[in-house]
Amino acid sequence: MIVGQRKPIQEIIGMLKGIKNILILGCGGCATVCSAGGEKEVEILASIIRIDRKKKGGPVETKEKTLARQCDTEYLEELKDEVDKYDAVLSMACGVGVNFLADMYPKTIILPALNTSFMGVSEEQGVWSERCAGCGNCVLDKTGGLCPVARCSKHLLNGPCGGSQNGRCEINPDIACVWQLIYDRLKGLNQLEKLQEIFPMKDWSSSLHGGPRKIVREDLTL
Amino acid sequence: MNSASNLKKVLASGQFAVTAELGPPKNADAEVIRTKAKLLSDCADAVNITDCQTAIVRMSSIASSVVMMQEGLEPVTQMTCRDRNRIAIQSDLLGAAALGVKNLLCLTGDHQQFGNHPNSTGVFDMDSIQLLQMVRMMRDEKVFQCGEEIKGKAPDFFLGAAANPFADPFEFRALRLAKKVAAGAQFIQTQLVYNVEKFAAWMKAVRDLGLHEKCYILAGVTPPKSIGMARYMKNNVPGMDVPDHVIARLKGAKDSKKDVQKEGINICVDIINMVKEIEGVAGVHIMAIEWESAVPEIAKQAGLLPRP
Ligand code: SF4
Ligand code: SF4
Repeated sequence: MIVGQRKPIQEIIGMLKGIKNILILGCGGCATVCSAGGEKEVEILASIIRIDRKKKGGPVETKEKTLARQCDTEYLEELKDEVDKYDAVLSMACGVGVNFLADMYPKTIILPALNTSFMGVSEEQGVWSERCAGCGNCVLDKTGGLCPVARCSKHLLNGPCGGSQNGRCEINPDIACVWQLIYDRLKGLNQLEKLQEIFPMKDWSSSLHGGPRKIVREDLTL
Repeated sequence: MNSASNLKKVLASGQFAVTAELGPPKNADAEVIRTKAKLLSDCADAVNITDCQTAIVRMSSIASSVVMMQEGLEPVTQMTCRDRNRIAIQSDLLGAAALGVKNLLCLTGDHQQFGNHPNSTGVFDMDSIQLLQMVRMMRDEKVFQCGEEIKGKAPDFFLGAAANPFADPFEFRALRLAKKVAAGAQFIQTQLVYNVEKFAAWMKAVRDLGLHEKCYILAGVTPPKSIGMARYMKNNVPGMDVPDHVIARLKGAKDSKKDVQKEGINICVDIINMVKEIEGVAGVHIMAIEWESAVPEIAKQAGLLPRP
């Protein structure tokens, strides 16, 4: 899923300066699953904003709403008839939702309440970590299913580098060295010979470096 | 190929080679390099110029190399993958070759988080092995990374790489060296050796793969300048192995700072004498960054002078 985290409250309050009527819009997808921008978080954020405004003597009207997702036209259209009523929409979806709202409602101020962080997993209650960087050219068949692009700090393809020690990455002992994990896994699978081949330079044009990406599937387009 | 490299000549002649290392200044003063170069000029066959080591902004390694050559000293120019993509690296290497650089050390580079601009982008378009491969192809096949022909003069470098016998997983370290050699590495400078036993075990694995016959291996050494520095390297530098007996030896030195430094030099000389005996070790790389004045003393005591 896409994992995000709510922005520091002062930053959100700062961006709402002068805005009197806000729609705080949650997302029922990843943002709910990672407890960053679902119904519950919308409710909490709305009440923090109201309390803050009350203290400062600048009342605000907040409307709370959570869509099934914010990355589909179908759900965003639900706002069609009401969006003009607000000074701004504060989206608690990931950056994708914020963008899509802005694409769809050109006359409305759309603000982000989350910092969208990565594509990852929920390791345990309250702990998320990155697994894929969406490079558009997956190499996991060669690396035992573990991603060196997202999980090696220098996205090395011929790792491990000289800083790998005790299974930890050189940049931070809290981070596992994915190349140690790849080594261990390939060893367990009897595929260590895979590491002897030189991995050629990667084509990064399918990642962000090739400009914004788009997929068109003729078989599905109407 | 790269016949003009003095380092290559010394290594090819079978003499035990000595390289040293020079960190460029964090300013635009060429005199700093000239002064350090003078200290090193009679005791090393070539001197590494670091490329913003530990991700701290310093004078460019290529520019520093040129200043060093003006002092009559041969540089081993370092190039990392952290700050440049394939376009910038190839462009810089054409320039370096045009300016007379003959030895190139290909490194992945320290992560930007270690340095003084931790908020910067880390490029890492390629890693050290892919860099070696790219530069070898530029030299031998006269092609850019994209496959386009280099019309005219191609850069001609004696290609080096680093190896760390002390990083994990240990069993993979000799195999990783094999990859570097296959990619194009002709000489290797290792991480600092303090644990000679482990280094010898790695060298055995290297010999078993026949790699000592395919590249020249220079063992990295450095004199510990203080007990604090030795402890720091032991505990805070990932991929370093400093056994307790090294620290104990420094502690055994009399109290004054000078005695500790003297003992640091003795330790370094002893290590050189030990690694010299290991089959397949073709030289030493004496790193004494910010203590360049120690290098002549070490080289002298280890019987490595005069240089050819
Ligand atoms: S190789 Fe690319 S697509 Fe595959 S997991 Fe890694 S980042 Fe994602
Ligand atoms: S220690 Fe491992 S994860 Fe960290 S940069 Fe090196 S190879 Fe990558």
